[in-house]
Parts: sequence; structure tokens; C-alpha cells
Amino acid sequence: MKSMLAVIRRDLLLAMRRKSEVLTALFFFVIVVSLFPLGIGPESALLRKIAPGILWVAALLATMLGLARLFAPDHADGTLEQMALSPSPLGLLIAGKIVAHWITTGLPLVLLAPVLGIQFDLDGGALWILVVALLLGTPLLSLIGAIGAALTLGVRGGGVLLSLLVLPLYVPTLIFGAGAVESHIAGMGAGGHLSLLAALLAVAVFFAPWATTAALRIALE
Amino acid sequence: MLTATGLTCDRGERRLFAGLDLAVGPGEWLHVQGENGAGKTSLLRILAGLAPPAAGEIRWKGEPIRMLAEDYRKELLFLGHHGAVKEELTPLENLMLAARLDGAVLDETTALKALARFGLRGREDLPVRFLSAGQKRRVLLARLAVRQAALWILDEPFTALDVKAVDMLSALIVEHVTGGGIAILTSHQAIPLPNGKILKVGP
Repeated sequence: MKSMLAVIRRDLLLAMRRKSEVLTALFFFVIVVSLFPLGIGPESALLRKIAPGILWVAALLATMLGLARLFAPDHADGTLEQMALSPSPLGLLIAGKIVAHWITTGLPLVLLAPVLGIQFDLDGGALWILVVALLLGTPLLSLIGAIGAALTLGVRGGGVLLSLLVLPLYVPTLIFGAGAVESHIAGMGAGGHLSLLAALLAVAVFFAPWATTAALRIALE
Repeated sequence: MLTATGLTCDRGERRLFAGLDLAVGPGEWLHVQGENGAGKTSLLRILAGLAPPAAGEIRWKGEPIRMLAEDYRKELLFLGHHGAVKEELTPLENLMLAARLDGAVLDETTALKALARFGLRGREDLPVRFLSAGQKRRVLLARLAVRQAALWILDEPFTALDVKAVDMLSALIVEHVTGGGIAILTSHQAIPLPNGKILKVGP
């Protein structure tokens, strides 16, 4: 557990030293989301309708941006090798890396989303549901993305392959995440969608670090 | 005591070596020799447990290392070709974080002393990317001075080091081996260390 915290601390420290990588994904999210109201014009009924989908798709793509660099630098400089040789279980250390990835890419999206949601004329209740859905959904994106990043590690042209592999797996998160906000706006309550997101997250928390570790071991051999 | 019997390694379609036996006990060190591409690094990675051999078995104190897993890794320090040193972090941060990853407690004074021993005094707080190739190697090798491990597996530890650093590293290895440790290393130069065994790798 202590070594897992050490990994999180190390990755956060590294993210602080290469701020541009983190900020690129954030600015991408902000700009993509802001382009839609500008392009469509001030039709608040239409904007309200498309808001959840756009915010979620932008969040998926923003998460994808940094995914290829999740394990690649550690693989190149031998850090992954040292992690595999550490007395602490590799699965825990990898879980630490995934947590750090969520803190640097997922969490800022959650915090920014309500501000951007105002552009789409979403009311307070819908913004609140959006934040909760993103809070459940973005860790899911990091967990699923980590599996893809580990599988494509060391593959030439891995970046494109990674998107082809991971984006289809993001579809359930997208449907339930955007669906939660939509059904709240339609007055049906978001409970069902949020429960399904939470269930997906619970499964991924147990399964994803394990699958990622198995894929990384293959890449290391 | 590290023993290996009948080790075989395949790289793609090519067989690098087959039926390799070795035994190194406390207070001994093993110099692995061979041409470029003979399989020295592959052998070290197999001995460290990073890659499984195509055939054969490795035992640490009589137990297969596959069964020991974490108990084996606790006693092992492997330094490969790549640094595992982060360019954005300072030497001190690199050393402290590497120790924490191993689950060890390292206080700052010990870490600073190890860095000073490797001639990095005054550069502890400079990001590693501003250091020279030799100094980067020194940051990596400083781990030898702080990590308690019975078995050292070092892949080309003397590359990019100047004469002074080579002497310092040799002294450190002698200190480790005379203290009952085991060292396995590859190098293309002759190494002036006592009690060495030589293992030739090749087809």
C-alpha cells in the first residue's frame, strides 16, 4: 500500500514537472466543448438536448490524448522493469499509476464540466447530475484505457491502434454517462443510469489493474 | 546461493544459448562474458526473473525463483541498460522514490551520503536532464549504496563511467561481495576484482 502511494506521488510530481501534457488535454476539452455553442448559435432548447453527449464525447477524447503516454515513458527508461522487480506486487503499483492518471486527467474534467455546462443552458440539477456521472465515469475511462495502453505498449503505430481498441470499449460509459443527464432533463430521474455506471466502475476496479498487469508482463518479456 | 541448471534462451527463431549451468555462492561474483548479441543481457533478465527461460530452472537458496516470487525480489537488485532514472526529477528525488517503490524506508541523510559518494555533491537538486551521461549512470548506481540486497545483477555497470567512478564502483562491489553478498555482472573490460568466476555465454 505504501509503495502504491509512492507511485501516485511520483506520477503527480512528474505531471507537475511536465505541465504541458496535462494542460493540453484540459484545453482540448474546454475548446472542443466551447466550439459547439459557437457553431450552433443561441438555440437553448437544442443546446440543452445535445449538451450531455458533447460533454461526454469531449471527455472521452481528452482522456484518450494522454493515454499513449501512460506507460510508454516508464517502459522506455526501464522504470517498468524496476516495478516488476519490486518486492511490492506489480498490480498494486499499476493501480497507483491508474489512480495518478485519473487525478491528472479525469478529475480536472469533472471540475471543469459544470462551468462548461452553463454554456449549454443546463440548470443546476442537470449540472449536478453531470458532475456525479463524470465522477463515476472518468475513473472508468482511466481503468479501461490503461488496459489498452498496456496492450499496445511497444507496438509501432500504437497510438492509432490504441484509439481503435479503447474507444469501442468506452461506449457503455458514454451511453450511461450521457444517458444519466438526458433522463434527468427529461424528468425521469438519473438513478438507474448512475447505478449502472457505479456497477461498471466496481467491476473495472477489480478487473482492469489485473488485466493491465498481465498485458505489461507480456510487454516486458 | 544462486544456482541455475540447463538454462536455454530463444530469441525469436534463434537459439542464443542452451544447457547453461551456473552456481554462485555468498562472497563470490560472476563475470558474464560474450560477444555482442551472445545473450548476456537475456541471461541476466532470465536470472532476475523478468523473462522465463525456454528451458531450465533457477534456484535461490534451493527454492525455484518462480515459487519465491516476492521473497526473491526482496533480495535482488537488478540494474539494466536503461536507467530507470527520470529526467524531470532531481537525483535525490529519483533515489528516494526508487527506494519507496521497493517498499523501503530511506532517510534523506543516507540518500545524500550515497549521492556524495558517487561524486554528485552539489547536484542533488538539479533535474537529471541537466546532467551528463556519466553522471546519470552515477545517479542510477547510487542505488547500490542504499538498497540492502543480497544479490546484485548488473548489466554493463561500467559503461559511461570515468576512471574515478570505475574505481568507486569496483570498491563498492568488493565491499558487497566480502560482506557475503553475490554479484553477477557483464562487462567487456577485464575487472580487477578478487574471487571472480567467469562464465562465457554463446552458442
